[in-house]
Amino acid sequence: MLPLNDVGLGSALLCGALFGFVLERAGFGSPCKLTGQFRLTDWSVLKVMFTAIVVAAAGLWLLRVAGVLAADAVFVPTSFLVAAAVGGALVGAGFAVGGYCPGTSVVGVFSGRIDAVVFFVGLLLGTVVFAGLYGPVIEALMTAGEVATGDTFADAWGIPDALLIAAMAAALVGVFWLGGRMERAAGGPVTAQQAVDGAERAGR
Amino acid sequence: MSAIPTAAGGTDTASRTRQPQPFWNPLAAGVALGLVLLLTFVLTGHGLGATGASTRLAAWLGLTVAPQATAGNAYLGPMVAGGNPLPSWITWQVIGVAVGALASAWLAGRFRVQIDGARSVGTGRRLAAAFGGGLLAGFGARVAAGCTSGLGLSGAATLAISAFVFLGVFFAVGLLASRLVRGI
Repeated sequence: MLPLNDVGLGSALLCGALFGFVLERAGFGSPCKLTGQFRLTDWSVLKVMFTAIVVAAAGLWLLRVAGVLAADAVFVPTSFLVAAAVGGALVGAGFAVGGYCPGTSVVGVFSGRIDAVVFFVGLLLGTVVFAGLYGPVIEALMTAGEVATGDTFADAWGIPDALLIAAMAAALVGVFWLGGRMERAAGGPVTAQQAVDGAERAGR
Repeated sequence: MSAIPTAAGGTDTASRTRQPQPFWNPLAAGVALGLVLLLTFVLTGHGLGATGASTRLAAWLGLTVAPQATAGNAYLGPMVAGGNPLPSWITWQVIGVAVGALASAWLAGRFRVQIDGARSVGTGRRLAAAFGGGLLAGFGARVAAGCTSGLGLSGAATLAISAFVFLGVFFAVGLLASRLVRGI
């Protein structure tokens, strides 16, 4: 029965290396490409992330239905909705302004970008500032707005997993269609050549 | 233009004359990322992440620079109670990300030492924006107990409500912030 619950060094290096490799192949070391999503000129972030979510969610569902993957055996984040919203706002603002999210900044650093090193230093300092301010107020914020009935749409509101995944797959087609149109109107997504050149035209 | 550093030393000309290979198309990259995420779940029971490692690194730096303050801190203290907080699955996973990204960038001729975005907004502004953005993201990821990878991507694959709330607000605020502040 899966998962294997392997917490060893080998699985960490393997999964991490594949993760970093694919992120770089998608162009996610380039802050111009990444932030193009927020300028609506390059939809790669939404296309890649959304596709990955649908593929992984469908895979987990299929393995569970086939009886290969134990039910409730994978980690599901708790539904602390206020914390998720506040954190999402700050990470989104940091991404738009700084050009990276935490994971892609590592990809940026290891494709040679000095601005990604600076972002990562800021990330460490932000963590220290958070730790310095941590107390009852932040703790209350972090556990506020919990959905009492469950952490997933199925548990909390009885929405079947298969229905949600199908709806996401349909929305994904819409993302590719709309994103493709808006990218063409903006002259196409950021290319690898533009990314290594510092993407001058991304600043239009 | 002189503010843009290029690859240092003798490799400069060699790397600059090399044409970078195009990126994967988003559908192929998305399917590959989804399969890597699925593999991670199947092997470990949890998804991929990033700030789990940077938080441990911050705790380790704290332990090295100011051991008493770090041990006494309500958030970092429990993390360093058992000694060095770095050895853990997530740390090795992020080291893997570094290795994988370096290999991919190098093999595709896309490795360039540069301050990316300095051309469009200037070096000083670009570095200040990168630092400020990192600060916001570092703080925010601790509030949400996860970042775009750990909570957004991995959480959404498990159909967690908090992941969709995170991603929705993340995109909405990102759209707004990129119109208010030009950081790149």
